Amino acid sequence: MAGKPSLSQTGVGARLRRKEDDRFLHGRGQYIGDVRFPRMREIAFVRSPVAHARLTGVRIPDHLRSSVFTAKDLTDVRAIRAVSPLPGFQASEQPPLVIDKIRHVGELIAMCVADTRAEAEDIAAQVIVEYEELPAVVDMLKAQEPGSVLVHDTVKRNIYLEVGFDGAIEAAARTAPVKVTRELRTARQVMSPIECRGFVAQWDTRLSQLILHGATQFPHVVRTGLAQVLQIPEIQIRVVSPDVGGGFGYKAILAGEEICLCWLAMRCGYPVRWLEDRREQLTANANCREHHYVISAYADEQGTLLAFDAKASVDSGAYSAYPFTSAIEPSQVAAILPGPYVIPVYRCKANAVVTNKCPQLPYRGVARPNVCYAMELMLDAIARQIGKEPYEVRLANLVRPEQMPFDNVTDKHFDSGDYPEILRKAVDAIGVPAIRARQQHGESDGRLIGLGISIFSEQTAHGTTADGKRRALYEQVFARLTPDGRLEVRAGIQSIGQGLETTLAQIASECMGIAPADIHVKLGDTEVSPYSSGAWGSRGIVWAGGATARACKELASRVAAVGAAMLQTDVKSVQVRDGSVFGPRGSVSLSDIARAFYLAPSDLPGDIDPHGLEVTGGYAPSRLTGVHTGSAHAAVVAVDPETGGVEILDYVVVEDAGVLINPMIVDGQIFGGTAQGIGAALFEEMPFDTQGQPLASTLADYLLPGCPEVPNIRVFHMETPSPYTEFGQKGVGEGGAIGPGAAIANAVNDALHRLGVEICEIPITPRRILAALASAKRAGTPSRRESASA
Amino acid sequence: MKPVAFDYERPVTLADAATLLGQSNGFAKILAGGQSLGAMLNLRLAQPDLLVDITSIPELTAVTDAGDHLEIGACVTHADIEDGRVADHFAGLLRQVAGRIAYRPVRNRGTIGGSIAHADPAADWLSALALIDAKAVVWSRAGTRPIPVADLVVSSFTTVLQPDELIRSVRVPKLSAGARWGFYKFSQKAGEFAHAIGGVLHDPARNVFRAVIGAIETAPIVVADAAALFGGGFGSELAERLDRTSVLQRLDAKNVTDEYLRSLAAVALKRAANQACAA
Repeated sequence: MAGKPSLSQTGVGARLRRKEDDRFLHGRGQYIGDVRFPRMREIAFVRSPVAHARLTGVRIPDHLRSSVFTAKDLTDVRAIRAVSPLPGFQASEQPPLVIDKIRHVGELIAMCVADTRAEAEDIAAQVIVEYEELPAVVDMLKAQEPGSVLVHDTVKRNIYLEVGFDGAIEAAARTAPVKVTRELRTARQVMSPIECRGFVAQWDTRLSQLILHGATQFPHVVRTGLAQVLQIPEIQIRVVSPDVGGGFGYKAILAGEEICLCWLAMRCGYPVRWLEDRREQLTANANCREHHYVISAYADEQGTLLAFDAKASVDSGAYSAYPFTSAIEPSQVAAILPGPYVIPVYRCKANAVVTNKCPQLPYRGVARPNVCYAMELMLDAIARQIGKEPYEVRLANLVRPEQMPFDNVTDKHFDSGDYPEILRKAVDAIGVPAIRARQQHGESDGRLIGLGISIFSEQTAHGTTADGKRRALYEQVFARLTPDGRLEVRAGIQSIGQGLETTLAQIASECMGIAPADIHVKLGDTEVSPYSSGAWGSRGIVWAGGATARACKELASRVAAVGAAMLQTDVKSVQVRDGSVFGPRGSVSLSDIARAFYLAPSDLPGDIDPHGLEVTGGYAPSRLTGVHTGSAHAAVVAVDPETGGVEILDYVVVEDAGVLINPMIVDGQIFGGTAQGIGAALFEEMPFDTQGQPLASTLADYLLPGCPEVPNIRVFHMETPSPYTEFGQKGVGEGGAIGPGAAIANAVNDALHRLGVEICEIPITPRRILAALASAKRAGTPSRRESASA
Repeated sequence: MKPVAFDYERPVTLADAATLLGQSNGFAKILAGGQSLGAMLNLRLAQPDLLVDITSIPELTAVTDAGDHLEIGACVTHADIEDGRVADHFAGLLRQVAGRIAYRPVRNRGTIGGSIAHADPAADWLSALALIDAKAVVWSRAGTRPIPVADLVVSSFTTVLQPDELIRSVRVPKLSAGARWGFYKFSQKAGEFAHAIGGVLHDPARNVFRAVIGAIETAPIVVADAAALFGGGFGSELAERLDRTSVLQRLDAKNVTDEYLRSLAAVALKRAANQACAA
């Protein structure tokens, strides 16, 4: 059903205020930290102090033996195995508690239980970990060299997976008039939701059921994974996710802590809770984003790309994380690096590398922010080399609207969109000529002005595998007209702050003609919702939105049938809208229909559909390869060459996410994502020492952008419908986080290149800027700074 | 993380505080606002047996005008100073410094005495109070001794304070009419600890021309006669006259080898000089 539907006040396209904000803004949200049960006890974990070692013993004082559990106790629990079906993938085994080999700082060694967290930590402090330290594998490039220490005996060469495309670039490489080569890095980051992870596990003796309350983006997936490692029937597990204080991918995992809690709850007879603290999140759990690239781009004198040759490494850390595996990032790198550009010949090799760091998890945008950064820095480098405006080089290479639908060099299928127009809008909004003029006459305070642009395509809402070629797991949503005439919508997807209680209600309102105030969307409980693979991949509004529409349209037709019977008219002659069924002569309200159906069925004729006024609707987009959201970011920065300080003076986002269900919520998504991208560009970095110790253990060391660092972000929308989705909508949850690293890095380099400086790694910190300026000054000639250490 | 179990006492007299400190055999920590100590307790970097909360001792929150100086109680908060509840005899220097410490919630509880006793080299008060030549009035049962703030800190997080001593107040000399100052702090984001601090103070009526270089991972560098740094007295083109070699030599003397901190220190001082001249 392509095409933009008519705007209504409460349906698709309405800037409806978020229904859930009433409880959030009044402090009535319920997070794991608010969940309490009688007799609940608290867990603290003993974690590894070293990155790589043989575990030789865990000494527990005798009087604490009943409060401390190790791998020797959890003998009936399977290791976490996150295995990619891609050929050549070498899997890791991740036991919930270390059995014999420690592979990263912070790895779980023992579980301690006490009445309070502080007492549990007191116990943990008395447990002595004995180990023989091994050389740590910290640098992902050295890890791949022959002779490197292996982190897993079973993962040869410390490479989980090699993927790529093997285009014949040699001819272009020989003859191309323009060749640009760069080495690029993006720092290891830590995804930082305000609420860290947390779980409460308990055993319900009446139902013989494990009940896990947990902050998760996909309760059904956690249930499936738990059943595998605990080796119990899935029916014996219920996962409840209350309000989630930010997900960003960090709550789309199954990890050791919750497995340990469940194991204990099944045996101890009381509920147990673990709340991750900020130090655990920073140093032991939430790593993401660390990539390394060596890229050569070949172009003609106009900047038109002839060939592109990349070698990428992703530091995937010590284990393949469940369920997305360590294959997801290199696969995305290889497939998505070309972005929205027409590249005739493409070669790319991308490796997922094992190191002694905690597992790398897919953070908002997954590999897209990194590949956007890499590609967009290359295009700016080409532009500088040939003396053209960076946006002109992009216009020469972007896929054009008349080419849609378009299958690119990696077989990505672009459904719709006008990328040149997206770019032109960004260029107009940021005001390129005025900035160039300003650069000419300089700043009175000595700062240097720079302009940077990035443009990218975000493949959203693809099928349950990244390649989209395998079968879909259909998404289902349940809808029921209650006896008092209100609408109950139950979905297995989880809201992690993205406003699904509102947007799904808007879609239901669009399809059923019921006011959102009378629609209640219930999420986050495996016991009462259809299966869902959860909230990730910017899929919610396409998949759960589509399923909501299907359920509500079917429910509307059943309501119409009952209404027609009550109006004594043919069902073909009635309409469901504005809370009623309208016939040729008169109408009947949905509450009267519901009352008749549930409470006075004797008033109805005998041929009413026995399936009743409740429906589970199922949905998948008409193609599984995803729908491509296009976006451009443009930034103006002022760089202080004396301090290395960077201020963002202006920031523009142009986004085409198809038909917007709620533009206000989309704006919010973009603001939040852009703030995180600004973090990646300028602030966020988790450094490690040569022994694999993470060096930022508090938010005083790991810098996140705050309000003063996030500028007023000016958002402009385009709405090119997708031909493959229910209303023409596309996914948009991750997009904001993708563009800033590239746009801001390009802006800083635009400011500094006249001083002979080009910085090829993010975050661009004051320290890196000053070091680059100092080395350019020493050299006396323009020099490129690649991969400076912190 | 959660702190280890500790006892908590909130005495209302200095004598009681001294008794508690004396009984604890050095295993007590003084809580004067808790904006740094709170985090250290939670991370178990500090594991005291006893916390002595001194914020309810009336004389520690008092501000006394003593003619040529102000005696600011150790437990006066940054916000008290920022908001002007402490009279400004300092040409706005203390107010401005206070208002740029960390974030407002920190300023609401954090105290001037607590900050300098904590001795984080990157903290604002250490440099600002050294610049203005304030003294920490250190109290114990044996009596009081005033210690110039510049001499209070031995190194990072280490002071000359004995276990039975506490800072009672900060003695800040009043500036004369016509005094000028500049105080430049560089941090990557608002509220973050400083990467560099430079300060310049000129009070001709009191014959004062001082400078400070702070946030250098140890006690700040105080230059009591800043003419040595600027190749002459306070006046025009001060920033341009800054002797970079002299700055670097002083950093050498403090073993500051990090090129980043070294170059920022000179920039901070230069900008402070510009501010002072523009004032």
